[in-house]
Amino acid sequence: MYVAVKGGERAINNAHKLLAEERRGDTDIAEIETDQIEQQLSLSVTRVMAEGSLYDRDLAALAIKQARGDLIEAIFLMRAYRTTLPRFAFSKPIKTAEMDVSRRISATFKDLPGGQILGPTFDYTHRLLDFTLMANGEAPTEAPSGENPIDENMPRVLDDILNYEGLIQDEPVPVDENAPVADLTREPVKFPAGRDLRLQNLSRGDEGFVLALGYSTQRGYANSHAFVGEIRYGTVSVEIEPEELGFAIDIGDIELTECETVNKFKGSKTKLPQFTRGYGLVFGQNERKAISMALVDRAMRANEMGEQIMGPAQDSEFVMEHSDNVQSTGFVEHIKLPHYVDFQGELELVRRMRAEVEERLAKAEAENGASQPEAAE
Amino acid sequence: MTAHPAPNARTDQNRNADTPSDPHIAARQKWMSVLARTSRARLETEWSENHSSESWTHLREPQIGMVMVRGRAGGAGQRFNLGEMTVTRCAVTLSDGTVGHSYVKGRDRIQAQYAALFDAVMLRDGSAGDFIDTLAAEQAAAKRDHARKVAATKVDFFTLVRGEDE
Repeated sequence: MYVAVKGGERAINNAHKLLAEERRGDTDIAEIETDQIEQQLSLSVTRVMAEGSLYDRDLAALAIKQARGDLIEAIFLMRAYRTTLPRFAFSKPIKTAEMDVSRRISATFKDLPGGQILGPTFDYTHRLLDFTLMANGEAPTEAPSGENPIDENMPRVLDDILNYEGLIQDEPVPVDENAPVADLTREPVKFPAGRDLRLQNLSRGDEGFVLALGYSTQRGYANSHAFVGEIRYGTVSVEIEPEELGFAIDIGDIELTECETVNKFKGSKTKLPQFTRGYGLVFGQNERKAISMALVDRAMRANEMGEQIMGPAQDSEFVMEHSDNVQSTGFVEHIKLPHYVDFQGELELVRRMRAEVEERLAKAEAENGASQPEAAE
Repeated sequence: MTAHPAPNARTDQNRNADTPSDPHIAARQKWMSVLARTSRARLETEWSENHSSESWTHLREPQIGMVMVRGRAGGAGQRFNLGEMTVTRCAVTLSDGTVGHSYVKGRDRIQAQYAALFDAVMLRDGSAGDFIDTLAAEQAAAKRDHARKVAATKVDFFTLVRGEDE
């Protein structure tokens, strides 16, 4: 039975006022503006958009400010907001092959057409604290420009280079391109889940959880040794086909990070051995998440590849039921809310059990005389 | 800029977008794409300077909603729902009955309204053509500048040959 708890209104109001004051912090320090967050904490913004599953930089910045930088709380705010909006359309599948790349690297091919483009990366930094940032140092000098822009045509490592020789499996495409695409925001998830549902779940899944599972596959809890075939980060345009127009229109650009892994091979008596694939795609710049997603996507293809399930990352149900941090935090944290009546029930049960045991012991003692003073619990 | 792939095409394989067959549609797709990337301030200024005498009404008030963005597994395979993005749409009618539409990324109602107005003006007589051309050139230049900065980060890795591998 659920019994509502009443009262505490004044305390709750005051707690929220105290929260607002603590959020603001020392008023001698300038208040942070949401556009500063949007510009200068852009990777937090990216994460909140990806896991909030809503691409809107301004809203993500606002959510981060309101949540005092607690990114999971900010993600929760984004998820709540998105339920208030109507959905106008589904986009046409975005074309990552046509991405305007800001970064594009391959760990498998050194000399690839289009080149290795580092872009804005933390890789190869020394991870030393830069105290000039704290001392309000001068603005950094403008980044240098190359003589020519990067090549417009960036071949895809897996499709255009590896697959040229048939060395990697094709991505299966359903026969019916208009077949429905699973959407976990509209229907409850059922198992076994198709790859469409798994990819949607992973892309909005908690970065830490997906990272840990990806790591577990490398440590032996799945047998799918991975190379990073290609990572690309940049912008793609989004197209929709509104009914009133009857043709596709471009509504703007979004930033994405994509990772394709090249994994351990598979072959059979009739088929030559081939590399297999894992795929990661996330909003914004986040290659830690994109790589992890690709590792877990590959691990979850165990059934399709006829592999033995030997680790949690291969168990789609386990992964998908625990990857969502809003769901997880909701259930984990709800146990701090008043459970007085539930607990009262448990308390009475334990007391009654104890009384029964004591009564039985007392009776046994009386029957056996005083010879057995102790009894095991 | 792309148009619709033939229904039931196996896949567009994530590249080689079809070219629209109708040049009027292609031209409209181009200006709508440019307008969707133009700030509200820029559109507002241009409208008040050169088109403020237009009389028009809302056919559909600016409305904020979402588009579910789709990707493909492996970039070219099975489709999946990646996540949503905010989008604002609007439709306007000019005094001669021309209807303009807009769908723009984000939640700026005014930007969506002006994008629809310029769409209508372009449909009626193309009288914002120079403005659109300027915007398109600016957007292309910004893209090229960025691509040059990115190009400066292009590396040539080299591997060292060890003695025993000769």
